[in-house]
Amino acid sequence: MSGATDHLPRLLAVVPWLLAHPGTPVSEVAREFDVTEQQLRADLNLLWMCGLPGYGPGDLIDVTWQGDRVTLSNADEIARPLRLTAEEALALVTALRVLSEEPGIVERTAIDRALAKLESAAGGTAATDRVVAAPSSDSDAQVVATAADALARARRLRLRYWVPARDEATERDVDPLRLFTTDGRAYLAGWCYLVDDLRTFRLDRVLEIAVLDVGVDVPDETRRRALDAGLFTPASDDRLVTFSLDPPVRWFADYYPCEEVAERGDGGLIVRLRVRDDAWLRRLALGLAGRGRITEPADLAHDVRDVAITTLSGYQVEQQV
Amino acid sequence: MSGVASSAMAAERTERLINLVICLLHTRSFISAERLRETIPGYGDAASDEAFKRMFERDKEDLRDLGIPLETGSLHGWEDEVGYRIARNDYALPDVTLEPDEAAAVGLAARVWSSAALGGPVTRALRKLEAAGVEITPLPEGLQPGVGAVSSGLPAVDEAMRTGRRVRFDYRGASDTETQTRVVEPWGVVWWHGRWYLVGHDVDRQAPRVFRLSRMSTEPRAEGPAGAVTVPEGIDLTALVSESDTAATTVLARVKVRHDRAIGLRRQAVEVVDGGDGWDILSVPYPDSQRLADQVLGYGADAIVLSPAEAREAVVRRLQALIAESA
Repeated sequence: MSGATDHLPRLLAVVPWLLAHPGTPVSEVAREFDVTEQQLRADLNLLWMCGLPGYGPGDLIDVTWQGDRVTLSNADEIARPLRLTAEEALALVTALRVLSEEPGIVERTAIDRALAKLESAAGGTAATDRVVAAPSSDSDAQVVATAADALARARRLRLRYWVPARDEATERDVDPLRLFTTDGRAYLAGWCYLVDDLRTFRLDRVLEIAVLDVGVDVPDETRRRALDAGLFTPASDDRLVTFSLDPPVRWFADYYPCEEVAERGDGGLIVRLRVRDDAWLRRLALGLAGRGRITEPADLAHDVRDVAITTLSGYQVEQQV
Repeated sequence: MSGVASSAMAAERTERLINLVICLLHTRSFISAERLRETIPGYGDAASDEAFKRMFERDKEDLRDLGIPLETGSLHGWEDEVGYRIARNDYALPDVTLEPDEAAAVGLAARVWSSAALGGPVTRALRKLEAAGVEITPLPEGLQPGVGAVSSGLPAVDEAMRTGRRVRFDYRGASDTETQTRVVEPWGVVWWHGRWYLVGHDVDRQAPRVFRLSRMSTEPRAEGPAGAVTVPEGIDLTALVSESDTAATTVLARVKVRHDRAIGLRRQAVEVVDGGDGWDILSVPYPDSQRLADQVLGYGADAIVLSPAEAREAVVRRLQALIAESA
């Protein structure tokens, strides 16, 4: 039975937390500790049976309710939180290390100062000195910092943005709603006034960025939609495309949101993904030339072949010069 | 056992453990097991000496698993009898005072992990810091740094490193045709361009190797005796990972691109000169011919590699392959 191994550390954390936050509504405490309100009430009901040997009225922990607000007292022995476990120290310290190498999101010196304090408080419980983060150069710190600033102050942004599918630069005003990083890249999601819809932008493709003196003006429902969305939100009317991939390009399945991935049997893969933009798809297929190919739909495969023939003729012309 | 009965038992046990912790933190001198049995509510229910012993052994183990510093020492006056207490100073999180901007950074760290394996621990760590008086600064809801969901192997590797043990896992590299079991003496873990890598000595291959955590198909498992792994002096973990990534290079390719096209390639160019007739000539650093080909091919007829010949041929061969395949 592992009930207590989960239960006990929570209670040993809830007690000092409540001592530091007297009179907190029980629903809020439950949210902070990621348990149901019912579970938290059960936790608190244990506490008034606990205390110093003798277990008389003056020895036990006092739990006082004022409506839904709860206050603890007389818990001196366990008034301090237990030190961080190895797992907690690892998760916290490595998260900060990663943050400090993701330029622009928070000021780096603040992270480094926080790290120094926490590492000494964690006192070598985890092997954190052997978990290191290397600088990630994919995003421009200035671009990320500007986007983060606009998000924090709820200000509109003007972007000059490179659209790889059409290989062109576009200018657009965007109300920033979400700034996130994944796999070492920073993205901005927001309401794009060029297309009048939610869009996600890769910040390493931002050519210029400026904060406008205009407040973000987005309905709550749209904001919610932006915050709940994942990285890619394929629509069901997107085209389903099948690729057959040779072993050297198996990485494709890691990088693109495939709906199905099947082994081909010889180390290669068959993958299916949904694609909205044929221009993007053509570029993708050309980049895989000779190692991966579209097997369905046939018209797209022919398109790609036509572009390849035109491109090859470019090389032949060049040869004669 | 019914759910209700089992949850009531779990509650009784938790109550007993809290009382045990309070009692052992309160005492200055060591307390014997017998004395604890008489004192702590719940131990009295033990039907026999044997049952009590089992209960008490399990409780001690639970406390130690949670990182509670349970000390043993001989009882005052009885050299041969063992007693228990908890070292107060080692129990509590030391005082931490964070400036508002530091606290904001810590709050953001809680949003970094998207997997439960580390998201839970980081949230618990934050609650402890708050309990110690740190005020976490609120941040815009939309600010969501993340390291992807592919970090589940990290705690297991960390545990193995702390105890100096080897790890075993199934692995399939990017160009491997099949999964193989690897046994590695872990030296360190590196976050490199958005991915986690394990660096260590591959026992079967007798050489240093780098493994991407997301390519492990089983959770890494510690094995062998503790303290058996020694990390060589002066190794540079990040350098080992970056060397395994062949991206570092200074060789330049010349690529002809149409005006205003191939913007991605232009951004990598160290030099752009007008080539006439609506074309520019870019000088682009590239790691190897195939990687340059991957990129240039995507632009179709808008980008033509001029030199080196090897890279140019790589593109031509792959275009020919594509055309032949789809004929």
